[in-house]
Amino acid sequence: MSRLLPLPVVVPLLGAALALILARRSRLQRTISVTCLGVTLAVAVALLVHAYRHGPVVVQVGGWPAPVGIVLIADQLAALMLVVSSAVTLCVLLYSIGQGQGEAGETPPVTIFHPTYLVLTAGVTNAFLAGDLFNLFVGFEILLSASFVLITLGGTEARIRTGSTYVMVNVLTSMIFLAAVGLVYAATGTLNMAQLAQRLDELPDGVRLGLELMLLLAFGIKAAVFPLSAWLPDSYPTAPAPVTAVFAGLLTKVGVYAIIRTETLLFPDGQVSGLLLMVAGATMVVGILGAVAQSDMKRLFSFTLVSHIGYMIFGVGLSTAAGLSGAIFYVVHHITIQTTLFLVAGLVEVRAGSTDLRRIGGLARVTPLLAVLFFVSAMNLAGVPPFSGFLGKVGLLQAGVAAGGPLPGALVAAGALTSLLTLYVASRVWTIAFWRVPRLATAEPAVRLPALMVGATVALVALGLVLTVVAGPLFEVTADAAADLRQRTPYVRAVLPGGTP
Amino acid sequence: MRQAGAGPTLVLVVGVGVLVGCGVTLVLERNLTRVLLGVILLGNGVNLLILLGGRSGTAPVVGTAPAGTWSDALPQAMVLTAIVITFGLTAFVLAVSYRSWYLTGDDEVPDDIEDRQVVRQAERNEVVAADRGGEGPDIDPEQVDPGPARRRPTRPGDGPG
Repeated sequence: MSRLLPLPVVVPLLGAALALILARRSRLQRTISVTCLGVTLAVAVALLVHAYRHGPVVVQVGGWPAPVGIVLIADQLAALMLVVSSAVTLCVLLYSIGQGQGEAGETPPVTIFHPTYLVLTAGVTNAFLAGDLFNLFVGFEILLSASFVLITLGGTEARIRTGSTYVMVNVLTSMIFLAAVGLVYAATGTLNMAQLAQRLDELPDGVRLGLELMLLLAFGIKAAVFPLSAWLPDSYPTAPAPVTAVFAGLLTKVGVYAIIRTETLLFPDGQVSGLLLMVAGATMVVGILGAVAQSDMKRLFSFTLVSHIGYMIFGVGLSTAAGLSGAIFYVVHHITIQTTLFLVAGLVEVRAGSTDLRRIGGLARVTPLLAVLFFVSAMNLAGVPPFSGFLGKVGLLQAGVAAGGPLPGALVAAGALTSLLTLYVASRVWTIAFWRVPRLATAEPAVRLPALMVGATVALVALGLVLTVVAGPLFEVTADAAADLRQRTPYVRAVLPGGTP
Repeated sequence: MRQAGAGPTLVLVVGVGVLVGCGVTLVLERNLTRVLLGVILLGNGVNLLILLGGRSGTAPVVGTAPAGTWSDALPQAMVLTAIVITFGLTAFVLAVSYRSWYLTGDDEVPDDIEDRQVVRQAERNEVVAADRGGEGPDIDPEQVDPGPARRRPTRPGDGPG
């Protein structure tokens, strides 16, 4: 099984190289990208099954034993993230191919798009599998460099304007992360996470808190947690629809994943859980209030994205097994749903010519299928029963109530309020864009939406519904993953079977 | 030459401080080229910081010096990686700022347009994208419920409508 472990990183990278060589043969290029992501998905599922049944899968790259060499490790959390992220990237890739084939809307230049997209996937999987703080940094850099290219695709004025903000914010974040990595090494003499778990415990409290806050600052910017989230709604909406969708679904969640990893494995004593809870509450409320003020669908969804990151941080901040389990479930749910919503917004743009709520209306009568897709995923996001959004929120709120105390109580109230406001925002979009008198921003005769685009979106909506159906077993997996994370020993023992050197 | 295994020299620590300080000042500018210069300075400052984290000493080559006196090779390897990454990003940002200059005549990072719009609307106390109604039965031919005015007059014997 451990032979399979490097594949999710290696296959997309090799695929990217092949796709770049075959830049002129777009059909072959598309086949390669789809095959690569399909292989990644299959391997990810196999890894998850193995991690659930037999514990973490570890590979020592190059055969160097653990603290010396680099390790890749797939425990349940990493494998679960891997499965969801590869399923979502595959769907978005199919969607973008559909967009390229139909003569609908703006088409991304295929020659650049496919290799970059594969590199982005490799970066994401590398960040999930990294068992080494520096390798995590490299994973972040790979996905960031690819995302820089994707967000400025085409180089139009709007994209350069928003892209430069995005690039600068993320470059500075990388600097902060890198400085934190350097300081961690200076303090402990290692970067292997399993070894760090033990050596960090021996540091004085103040030093440990400083390192923790610095890492959290870097990951907080990537995850768009409230005081550090202002860059996100400015930069995401102008990119092409598939790009925005995959960014919204995955990139912030890589930050959340890194926060979960550092908070459980490296700094488990919960020194900052109060801070995390406060920040989570502010993220939820401020984010959703921002969404209320927006009049463009894509910007509105960017704000709901920021807002719902708060739920995940809430679960992490509780630092109980139930809270963590809820947070992991919520990450899985939110990756799927947020991507779906952006894909639907892309379809709306193709059909109606705009996503601006002031210019469109009555789409329910024009394209009923689109209306159904939007309605199901928007209600899922808002947490209307019986969808997975409802289950995830209930899990988190229950964990908050069980934790007791004034701060978790306030967070439970904020979570409920955010859920209601999300419902308000979703129904506002529904009434204006789908229910009133039909009004389209384009004068062109109706084009048929490309079947592949609609098919990929339907597949993602279906994935969201499947998450609802299998919520029971999924909660078992997340609870198990959370228990492992809280114990730390399964991870450490898998990486360092011979004990600490 | 310093004693092997000694702590970092003050000069290097001050160097890190100066580089990062200048970098932060430049990053606060609006001009993309200056921001880029700031990022480069910051990057070099951080690289130097990483280098300071390892033990100093002789070249870490087996056979050139007794085992305990080597410097730590790992931070040097990490700095190499970091330098390459910073180099790539610098090239990309240069391309972006050139493109920005090409399109708009300067390379300033402007405010977000939609943000300004929302602020203006808030000042005028307007509702965003409100559905102002105005879609009575006459406007919309496909209205399902035609409303009471158009109902057929009920004939006696039809039962309660």
